[in-house]
Amino acid sequence: MLNPSSGASARTRRRLAVAGAAVAAALLAGATPAQADPLLDGDKLILTNGIASIEGASGGGLASWSTIAGMETDRGIGLSAHVTGIALPDYGWESHGVAVGIRDRVELSYARQNFDTRKVGAALGLGEGFRFNQDIFGAKLRLIGDTVYGSPWLPQISIGVQHKRSLDGAIVRAVGAKSASGTDFSASATKLILSKSVLVNATARWTSANQFGLLGFGGPKGSARTLQFEGSLAYMLTSRLVVGGEVRTRPDNLGIAREDDAHDLFVAWAFDRHATVTAAYVDVGSVATFDGQRGALVSLQLAF
Amino acid sequence: MSVLLALALVAADPATSEPAAPPPESAAQEEPGAVDWAKEFGVAKKVPDPVTGELPVDPYTQAPANSGATPFAGARMAEAFGGQAGIRRIVGRFVDLNIADPRIADIFKNHDMIRLRRTLFEQFCYLLDAGCTYSGRDMKSSHKGLGVTRGNMNALVENLQRAMRESKVPFAAQNRLLAKLAPMDKDVVER
Ligand code: HEM
Repeated sequence: MLNPSSGASARTRRRLAVAGAAVAAALLAGATPAQADPLLDGDKLILTNGIASIEGASGGGLASWSTIAGMETDRGIGLSAHVTGIALPDYGWESHGVAVGIRDRVELSYARQNFDTRKVGAALGLGEGFRFNQDIFGAKLRLIGDTVYGSPWLPQISIGVQHKRSLDGAIVRAVGAKSASGTDFSASATKLILSKSVLVNATARWTSANQFGLLGFGGPKGSARTLQFEGSLAYMLTSRLVVGGEVRTRPDNLGIAREDDAHDLFVAWAFDRHATVTAAYVDVGSVATFDGQRGALVSLQLAF
Repeated sequence: MSVLLALALVAADPATSEPAAPPPESAAQEEPGAVDWAKEFGVAKKVPDPVTGELPVDPYTQAPANSGATPFAGARMAEAFGGQAGIRRIVGRFVDLNIADPRIADIFKNHDMIRLRRTLFEQFCYLLDAGCTYSGRDMKSSHKGLGVTRGNMNALVENLQRAMRESKVPFAAQNRLLAKLAPMDKDVVER
């Protein structure tokens, strides 16, 4: 019956091709049965993976959200990579990182931050263009809830940990930091309130980081972790275009320089299922005695 | 090489690209020459209603509450969806997109699409307060055993968004309807 030489119809030939492709696809996928889900299922709703925060965890840019990185659902794994640049009056910032989402349940992330002190470096005696660098290893676990589905009153809730290692130990200690590495703990709740097209996130972070950790952890004004808040409010203009704002409070541990809360206003556009570009106006206040650090952020994220 | 050939053939297969017009539906949706399993196993064969073409379903208690949500009040939502005519067009396009979507098309095979078009229209029309009542089954029993995943649900939501967008339903109004449907995931998503 499946003999193409016996005058098979176009339909049968097509079926054969489909069957052939299915077999080939199965072989390519490591001979998994046809019913099995692909490993990178990619079925998450667009933008519900969030955008990479400056520490590499998925979130809203400044804040870490309860979302899990990658385009996977609860039956697959997802991958995500990002690069972010921030231009401030006296500093430059570049960060990049990768994240893995496992079954929309667990997120593992890594990010590298490079903070260029430009002329300030010379003024601080570090040398012009001195860069503070930091590695951040993050993990997040979604406990309950869903950003989009389920009860409108139950947000998606996750807990997270971020281990941060400044690569400039001697210098950050000289500035007054107690330690060159530290660990932040956080809990976040995120919900897309569909009836209002609004996304709300609130995150509590227990941290002792100075300038996100780039200037080490703890200092003369305080060495223990304190509870800080990250809030995001966003409005969905289309399923691919979101505008919003964020606030993030921060510890103020160092004696030599004041640290302010950070704010941003952002627009994120998923111009493709797998690519989101974010532009933001960021205000991080005073950094290492140089006040009024407001500037532009641009970030590109690829997610599968 | 044969892999490429097979893939090329599939790519050229009109059935896998998006159909401009969906294939004509018969309620039974049987292919000619297919084995009549109902007969083989001695199961009573369902006979389509001579007027509507719908297949009979097991008895259930009709109630608007089966729609799974409380309707909007006022004319605003119905207007945003273009009244009953707009809702009918959106539901039609939505069903067409779903049965042509390679991610979920298989789930709809061998189900009564005539009935689905009617009941979905009723559900949306009822929830949007556009002057209908819902006479279909509740969401749990109508999706029982379909094995719907979260990913399938997301695919369906994307298709609904597309159907609404094509009919120029304002995005905020689209989301207000989705807000009614999103909590139903617990009755639809099974695995
Ligand atoms: C919140 C989301 C959903 C809503 C509001 C919804 C609504 C409905 C309605 C009103 C019916 C007809 C009930 C009846 O015949 O009495 C139905 C049936 C059906 N739905 Fe859904 N549905 C949803 C999600 C899904 C998903 C994600 C799939 C699969 C991808 C799906 C596949 C089907 C199928 C195959 C039937 C026919 C079942 C049968 O013939 O017995 N539905 N749905």
